[in-house]
Amino acid sequence: MTAAVFFGCTFIAFGPAIALFLFTIAREPLRVIFLIAGAFFWLVSLLLSSLVWFISVQISNKESAAQQKGLLIFGVVLSVLLQETFRFAYYKLLKKANEGLLALSQEETMPISIRQLAYVSGLGFGFMSGAFSVVNILADSVGPGTVGIHGDSQHYFLSSAFMTMAIILLHMFWGVVFFDACEKQRWWAVAAVVISHLVVSCLTFQNPEYIASLVPTYVILFLMGIWAFYSAGGSLRNLKLCLTCKDKDFLLANHRPR
Amino acid sequence: MLFVPVTLCMVVVVATIKSVSFYTQNDGQRLIYTPFPEDTDTVAQRAVNSILNATIMITVIIVMTLVLVLLYKYRCYKVIQGWLFLSSLLLLFFFSYIYLKEVFKTYNVAMDYFTLAVIIWNFGVVGMMCIHWKGPLRLQQAYLIMISALMALVFIKYLPEWTAWLILAVISVYDLLAVLCPKGPLRILVETAQERNEPIFPALIYSSTMVWLVNMADTDRPKRNSTDAASPQQETADAVASPAPSSLSQDDGGFTPTWVNQQQHQLGPIQSTEDTRREIQEMPSARPPVDDDDEERGVKLGLGDFIFYSMLVGKASATASGDWNTTLACFVAILIGLCLTLLLLAIFKKALPALPISIFFGLVFYFATDNLVQPFMDRLALHQFYI
Repeated sequence: MTAAVFFGCTFIAFGPAIALFLFTIAREPLRVIFLIAGAFFWLVSLLLSSLVWFISVQISNKESAAQQKGLLIFGVVLSVLLQETFRFAYYKLLKKANEGLLALSQEETMPISIRQLAYVSGLGFGFMSGAFSVVNILADSVGPGTVGIHGDSQHYFLSSAFMTMAIILLHMFWGVVFFDACEKQRWWAVAAVVISHLVVSCLTFQNPEYIASLVPTYVILFLMGIWAFYSAGGSLRNLKLCLTCKDKDFLLANHRPR
Repeated sequence: MLFVPVTLCMVVVVATIKSVSFYTQNDGQRLIYTPFPEDTDTVAQRAVNSILNATIMITVIIVMTLVLVLLYKYRCYKVIQGWLFLSSLLLLFFFSYIYLKEVFKTYNVAMDYFTLAVIIWNFGVVGMMCIHWKGPLRLQQAYLIMISALMALVFIKYLPEWTAWLILAVISVYDLLAVLCPKGPLRILVETAQERNEPIFPALIYSSTMVWLVNMADTDRPKRNSTDAASPQQETADAVASPAPSSLSQDDGGFTPTWVNQQQHQLGPIQSTEDTRREIQEMPSARPPVDDDDEERGVKLGLGDFIFYSMLVGKASATASGDWNTTLACFVAILIGLCLTLLLLAIFKKALPALPISIFFGLVFYFATDNLVQPFMDRLALHQFYI
């Protein structure tokens, strides 16, 4: 419970996301705007789901702990479904807005493609989700205290950080796959995204048995990553060209005059 | 592009609120504009007091805006400049001295008055120069952000709870009316400034590009890299420089002076002069005139908007039970409001109030997150459930 824990957990949780943001999004104001709009949509979905949960708690029996836990689980499932609904709503809005942007900018090509929007909006969802899950915990980790002194797990902070990193990256992959599936009208892929989100959230019900929740989450993260890579147009050939810096399209597109 | 300064201002305010406890302490002192106390016995009395405070504050703001517009309309520029000069003097010297003093107290830094005087003197004088006269763009922007943050901190400290929220709500309604109604004072101000083709005072507006550079290219000769060129070359080069005043790049685009000299030698004068361009421009063209894109003209945001945005986020971080969740939610809400306002600006292309949408979203998200989302997230964090 020192600065070391704080910085370590912050960088574990937000490191990949901030790196992605700095290297791919920060320079283009349009992408930043869509990232923040994605974060806003996630926030609205959270607001609605916590409204429903709050109302259900007020009308329930506050003494019974089992009922409260059941309501919480109901809240989690509802929140996941609402998040995916808002992801779909954001997709619809972006499709409409793309046409508007095209008319407004008087250019012939769209300033931002739907795939970039998928990536950016997924990352926006991820940032907000990760931030809301972990920021208060990080703020507490700076102060004095002993973790798990009452018999709880001692790995609370570290597991929270790893879970948050997984969730942020998962949201980004889900965004890419979801938008691609909506474009190609593959509704089974949309359902797969929703189900995998539900599975990841339900796995966390087993906390504090972290092996049971973190390991499957990372397996799902890896698989979703591969699926998102292929649906974004990647292939083994592309990957090889990229890693050996021989991808001519990429080099030409990103050439900046000195 | 306005995200960065707004975010910076909010970050400064939130960082100060979280570390320096002076700005969240209630010393019992109040501003003279909010004379009614809020630590009353009954809730009804507190509500009445806060409504009265907000009314007094908004009346003061309306009166001052009207006085400013009248002075501007009757060309009493000296009075306005003197007023702005005095208020920025107060902010840059007195408030920043208090801020620095409290920061030193918080971190237990011992500093003698002589060093402090030198620091404050330099900070203040450079600030006055940057804001009221000329200075590097980034420095001017930095100073404007700092004085907005200082003002927001003053409001957070001295306005009692309910009064602050009420003032935020009322001032966004006032902003909406003042900018959009035909007789609104702010609209009259902007229209008069546009008629007279003058920029509105730099001490009140944050601008993302240099405004004064337009004048500079006409009167002074801008320094160019190719100063070894022949003098007739320099005349034509300056004529080319003036239509692109806001680009500060010294790049001659690959056309080295020797190449241009050679071309001129072979083909005659190739660069357009004022006369040739005027001839072309007077010809009727089928293409509609190209709008200046945003890069050249820049987007302007009033400092009052900075102050109230930062005040909302600062108050959220100071008094919310959800703490960082509420702060983040208000931050995102304000940025989205700013996005929407800029979108409307691109559609309507005239001066729009920047406060209403952002403050409305900010207030909604503050109260919703604090009361609804925070218990939910708290329970989830307790069981370590993730959504």
